[in-house]
Amino acid sequence: MKRVTIDPITRLEGHGKIEIFLDDKGEVSNAYFQVPELRGFEKFCEGRLAERMPLLTERICGVCPWAHHYASTKTLDMAFGVEPTDTAKKLRELSYMGYYIYDHILHFYFLGAPDFVVGPDAPAAERNIFGVINKVGLEIAGEVIKHRAYGQRMSAMLGGRATHPVCGLPGGISKGLNEEERATMEKMAKSSVDFAQFSLKLFNDIVLGNQTYVDLITSDAYTMKTYYMGLVDDNNKVNFYDGKVRVVDPFGNEFVKFKPEEYLDHIAEHVMPWTYPKFPYLKNIGWKGLVDGPDSGILRVAPLARLNASDGMATPLAQAEYERMYEVLGGKPVHHTLATHWARLIELLYAAEKAVELVTDEGITDTDIRNMDLGEPGEGVGIVEACRGTLIHHYKLTEDALIEKANLIVATVNNMGAICMSVRDAAKGLIHKGVVNDGLLNMVEMAFRAYDPCLSCATHTLPGQMPLEIVIKDVKGKPVKRLSQNL
Amino acid sequence: MDKLKFAFYWGASCGGCEVAVLDIDERVLEVLQIGDIVFWPVAMDTKYKDVEAMPDKSIDVSFFNGSVRNDESEHIAKLLRQKSKFMIAFGSCAHEGCIPGLANLHDRESIFKKVYKESVSTVNPNGVTPQTHYHVPEGEIHIPAFHDTVKTLDQVVDVDYSIPGCPPNPDIIVAAIDALASTVDEKFAGIMTVNGYKIETLPPKGAVLAPNRAQCFECPLKKEDKRIDKIYRVYEKIPEPGKCLLDQGIICMGPATRMGCHTQCMNAGMPCTGCQGPVDQAEELGASMMTALTSNIGLDDEKESDYDPNKFIEQIKDPIGTFYMYSLPASILKRKVMKK
Repeated sequence: MKRVTIDPITRLEGHGKIEIFLDDKGEVSNAYFQVPELRGFEKFCEGRLAERMPLLTERICGVCPWAHHYASTKTLDMAFGVEPTDTAKKLRELSYMGYYIYDHILHFYFLGAPDFVVGPDAPAAERNIFGVINKVGLEIAGEVIKHRAYGQRMSAMLGGRATHPVCGLPGGISKGLNEEERATMEKMAKSSVDFAQFSLKLFNDIVLGNQTYVDLITSDAYTMKTYYMGLVDDNNKVNFYDGKVRVVDPFGNEFVKFKPEEYLDHIAEHVMPWTYPKFPYLKNIGWKGLVDGPDSGILRVAPLARLNASDGMATPLAQAEYERMYEVLGGKPVHHTLATHWARLIELLYAAEKAVELVTDEGITDTDIRNMDLGEPGEGVGIVEACRGTLIHHYKLTEDALIEKANLIVATVNNMGAICMSVRDAAKGLIHKGVVNDGLLNMVEMAFRAYDPCLSCATHTLPGQMPLEIVIKDVKGKPVKRLSQNL
Repeated sequence: MDKLKFAFYWGASCGGCEVAVLDIDERVLEVLQIGDIVFWPVAMDTKYKDVEAMPDKSIDVSFFNGSVRNDESEHIAKLLRQKSKFMIAFGSCAHEGCIPGLANLHDRESIFKKVYKESVSTVNPNGVTPQTHYHVPEGEIHIPAFHDTVKTLDQVVDVDYSIPGCPPNPDIIVAAIDALASTVDEKFAGIMTVNGYKIETLPPKGAVLAPNRAQCFECPLKKEDKRIDKIYRVYEKIPEPGKCLLDQGIICMGPATRMGCHTQCMNAGMPCTGCQGPVDQAEELGASMMTALTSNIGLDDEKESDYDPNKFIEQIKDPIGTFYMYSLPASILKRKVMKK
């Protein structure tokens, strides 16, 4: 059987490779999306100071540190039985919108756009942000760089730093907002609303205006019918920072809605022998393997899943775009993986609008940013929506407020089954009669890229027995004996 | 020489160093005037086979972030060393091992058991575990073998310079690129907009490319060198604004930690936790901080006959996590000895 290897896969966060197997006729018999790396957070967080968890766990991912930072901070709120002040909640959510603005711009323009703006089968050397700059011109490139930086600055203003913030504390936040900072942030947020609208127009012109791309998006190779999961507010609108977890079935009907602390009743993880991350699935449907449909517990998270799992967006401009997307793509839910890029831009608009709402809130510069009425340390669960999907932290604290146990189900891992299936299906749909070239292989990579996977996040665990080989050599360096274990 | 050739790569990393490169914002365009980026997996489609095909020493500067903890990162570290004139350990993981280096406190078997068998959300009745070599129906597929210990880059290959920080501050990154480029060829001097920190001349090989002074030197908080009679954890106290956190009993790693980040954590009302590593004079960060701390803790009480130093030591609940949060693999401790 012929084998085609893509190593490393590129334009994503972290490490991965793809092995494609072709049969005698040159058709794809299977493809494996493998994640070759691991690190080990759950274990080495044991024994650490609980209040350091927002700092420790954000090092799982330097692209979405804010998601880990606040999932962790919210876990500590619950573990200490403390409710953050209203001002603290608003400031947390405001800084979180800054993170969304930066991260969604990063993915769309730097990682995803080369495939559409430069072209899926353009020469590899041009298929990157520099190729995008050449194509769209320096003026637009400047706007991209500026607004990505705005997102970073908005979050850094509260977190001290944009990458690996330090502000999260049980019961509140370490830093408030003064009027000067608020005014600066308001300008940035308003400008980001305009930029998000511009980005949607760009998507409309370049992608939706091109029938080849529309056919690609709606083709079977990139379509999969699964369950969808995301956080929603009391009105079932998308919420990134807080709320209940809602799951809809492949027909768009609510399957379940649960509180963070109930996650273990609904989500379980399966282990595969050929890759390091685990595979979460809906416990009450069960693990049926890498298949889609209502009888399989495979679920999807991230922008398209969030929109599918909700009844809409809580801000007006984003709501209008939400309605337009479902109208164009034929109603809810949308199963076309590549439409995730569109959903991401609708979320960018929501994040910018929400940031304007929060930064113009009368109480946003109030100084009551910490509730010091902490209870005895106990157990907590905190869930946020990372840009890449639902993120779950769960800790048990000792009476000294050290970490006794930690369990983490991170955003990209929730998509792991779906990503493996999308890559396999794209390979099967695109490669025929043994014809393999760089452009086609890139189109296989586009199947995972839509999810914006963060394999740094996916590799937070440290499984695997230690493979060890000892080679005993003589004085001339010639091996005389080999001892090995777990190889 | 036309332009320089740069490579960016990540070992076992979080991606924050890649974001830090982008955080130099519009100065990215200045970097493109100096050099072309020939390898950068996060942003470009260059594959390993393309790097293998490059001539030796054809890359001027490789910036390697992340630690080395499996066959893949070790192989690429060696490959890039061979292909590059300058090899830079970029960021805390490559420089000192960083937070993922705390994995050196554990035994693989116990981690394995925890993640695949004991984790509360895992359902695994057959005890399935990932294998480095596995037979699927279509053939054998592989994932890289793991090393027992998280290593810093200079424990694996010859490193020319280190850029500290988790992640490095954009102003330090720009200063480093400016110094490296203008050393290779004078015509690249003056292209980068250098703000905040500047490296006048490239120091001798092996140096850390950041000012050799402690955080306290640039910290805006007022230090009165008060004696500490109680240690507070950050959630136990709202610190008085404008005043040194260590003076208020909150452990701040500032006195032992190299500056070069504009004291971002203290600006947000939180203590330094040491991601920039030690200054040149200190052997390692943890020991250096403990030395600094002993000169502040409870000194006045020492005159009393019933003085008990354990009263203070007991308040430090997690010394390894506190003093070696970012530097365990690079420290004299390196890892916990495992008894089997």
